[in-house]
Amino acid sequence: MDRFLVQRLGFALLLFVALVVVVPILFVLGVIVVEGSMAITWEFLSAMPSDGMKGGGIFPTIVGTFLLMLGTAMASIPVGVGGAIYLAEYARDTWLTRAIRLAIVNLAGIPSVVYGLFGLGLFVLFLQFGTSILAGALTLAIMTIPIIISTTEEALRAVPTEFRTIIASLGGTRWQGIRGVVLPQALPGIITGIILGLLRAAGETAPILFTVAAFYLPRLPHSPFDPTMALPYHLYVISTQVPGMPLRIQHGTALVLLTLVLSMNVTATVIRSYFRRRRQW
Amino acid sequence: MDKGVIVTNRGGISGRRWTEVPIEATIRVLGFSTIGFVLLIFLFLLREGLPIFYEVPTGNLFGTRWYPTFELFGTLPLLLGSILVTVTAILIALPLGVATAVFVRELAPDWVREILKPMIEVLAGIPSVVLGFFGMHFVAPLIRNIFGAPTGLTVFTGALILAYMALPTIISVAEDALDTVPKSYRDAGLAMGATQWQTIWKVVVPAARSGILMAVMLGMGRAIGETMAVMMVTGNAARLPLTFDSLFRPARTMTATIAAEMGEVAQGSTHYHALFGIGIILFVLTFLINLTAASAIFRKQRRGGLR
Repeated sequence: MDRFLVQRLGFALLLFVALVVVVPILFVLGVIVVEGSMAITWEFLSAMPSDGMKGGGIFPTIVGTFLLMLGTAMASIPVGVGGAIYLAEYARDTWLTRAIRLAIVNLAGIPSVVYGLFGLGLFVLFLQFGTSILAGALTLAIMTIPIIISTTEEALRAVPTEFRTIIASLGGTRWQGIRGVVLPQALPGIITGIILGLLRAAGETAPILFTVAAFYLPRLPHSPFDPTMALPYHLYVISTQVPGMPLRIQHGTALVLLTLVLSMNVTATVIRSYFRRRRQW
Repeated sequence: MDKGVIVTNRGGISGRRWTEVPIEATIRVLGFSTIGFVLLIFLFLLREGLPIFYEVPTGNLFGTRWYPTFELFGTLPLLLGSILVTVTAILIALPLGVATAVFVRELAPDWVREILKPMIEVLAGIPSVVLGFFGMHFVAPLIRNIFGAPTGLTVFTGALILAYMALPTIISVAEDALDTVPKSYRDAGLAMGATQWQTIWKVVVPAARSGILMAVMLGMGRAIGETMAVMMVTGNAARLPLTFDSLFRPARTMTATIAAEMGEVAQGSTHYHALFGIGIILFVLTFLINLTAASAIFRKQRRGGLR
C-alpha cells in the first residue's frame, strides 16, 4: 500500500482515538449537568435532609465538605509550603534529599483507602479524636501535602536565581530574600498548587469513610471533634446504600460536587495563565 | 546585630540573623517531614495489620475464599480481582493514552491542543465517586445490554472507568516523554525519506519508550489504588476470576474490600486486622510500582547526553 495513504489512514485513526478519549468526558459532564440541574433549588442547597435523606436538601454535606477543606488547608499549607521552601532553597543534592523526593513520590502514590486506614489507626483510635472533622482533615492533609510540595517547589524554582543573588549582594540574609522576594514572586504558582491539592481533598471519599463521615446527621457540627456529613461520601451513600433513593437527588448531589471541584479547577487554571502572562521575567 | 557571612552552595553569599535560626530550623524539619509521614503510615499499617499473620494460619490467608464471617480470610480472590481489573484497565488505557499523546504532541494544531489539554485536566479533576455514580447509571446498563451480563456490574465495567481515570496520568507523562525527544531525531527521520507517520512510530516513540513505560507504571499505580469508582461498578463478588468469562462477571478488589467492610468490623477483631493486612499489601505494591517509575526518571536523567 502507498505509504502516504497509510499515513493518511493513520492520522485519521489518531484523530478518532483522541475523540474516543474526549467525547465520553463531555458526555459525563453533559449528563450530570442536564440531569442534575433539574434537582437544584434553593431548598435543595440550604435545607437539612429529611425523610431518611429522600427529601429535603443537602446543606450539612456542603458545610461538612467546606469545614473539611478548611481544616485540610490549615494543616497542609504550612507543612507543604515549608517543605517546598526547604527543597527549593536549602536542600543540597545528598542521599537524604533524594530520600525526601522518594518519600514525596510514594506519598502521592499511596491509595486513598490506605490513607483512610492510616487515619483510622492514628487519629481516630490511637490519638482518640474519634470519627471527627479533625481526624478527617488531618488524614486529607497528609494526602494533600505531596501535591502542594511538588507544585510549590516548581513555582519557587521558576523564580530566577539572580533575584536571590541581588538580595545577597544588598546585604540581605537568605531568609529575607525568600520572604521578601522569592515567595511573593512565586505566590500565584503556590496558590494554584494549593487549590489543586485542596480540590483533590474535596472530592475524595475513601480517606473520610472511616475517619469523619456520618451516614445521616441532619444537623451542623459544633466542634472539630464532631463527625459530619460530606458531599462525596453522601453521593456514595445515596447511590449505593439507600434503596429507593430518588434519582433526582442523586443527580443533584453529583452536580453540586462536580461544580465545586471543577470551579476550583478552573480558578487554578485562570490564576496560572493570568500570572504567567503578566510575569516579566 | 550579628551577621556572620557564610558561603552557600547556590553560588551566592548570604548571612543569617539569629532571629532567623528558628525559622530555618522549622523549614528544615518540614522538609524532612514527608519521610516521617511515609514511615508513620507504614508503622500504623504494621501495628494494626501484622497481628493477622499470627492470628490466622498462612494457608488460610492465601486461600481462595474470603468469608470473614466464617473466619475464612483467603486474599487470593481479592488480589487477583485487583490485578485483573488493573491489567484490563491498562490494556485499554495504554493504546488510547499513547495515541492521544502522539496526536496532541505531533499532529494537533495549536487550537486543537488548547481544547484537548484542558479537557483532559477536567477528566483528572472529576472525583472518583462521581465517575462511579456515572458508571452505575450509564455504563453498567450499556454493558448489560451489549454483553448480556446480568447486572452490568462487571470487571470490564470497572476496567473501563479505571482506564479513563488513568488516562490523564498516562497522556501527560507520555507527552512529556515525547517532548524530550530532540527535534533532530524527527528531522533525521524525515530526511531519510520516511513519512511523518513512519518517523513517529519508528523513531520518536521508540526513543521515548522509557518515559512511556513510566507513564504505564504511574497509571497502573493510580488504577490499583483506586477505590470508590471500582467499588461502585465491579459488583463486589469475592470470587476467583479464573474462568474465561471473568471479564464479564463481578469481582472484588482489595481496595473495595477495605472500603466496604471496615465500617462494620469491631476494632481489634481478626477481621479488622485482616483489612489492615490488605492495606499492607496495597502499600507495598504501590511502593514498588512507584519505585520502578522513579528509577525510570533517574535512568532518563543519566542518558541526558542524547538530547
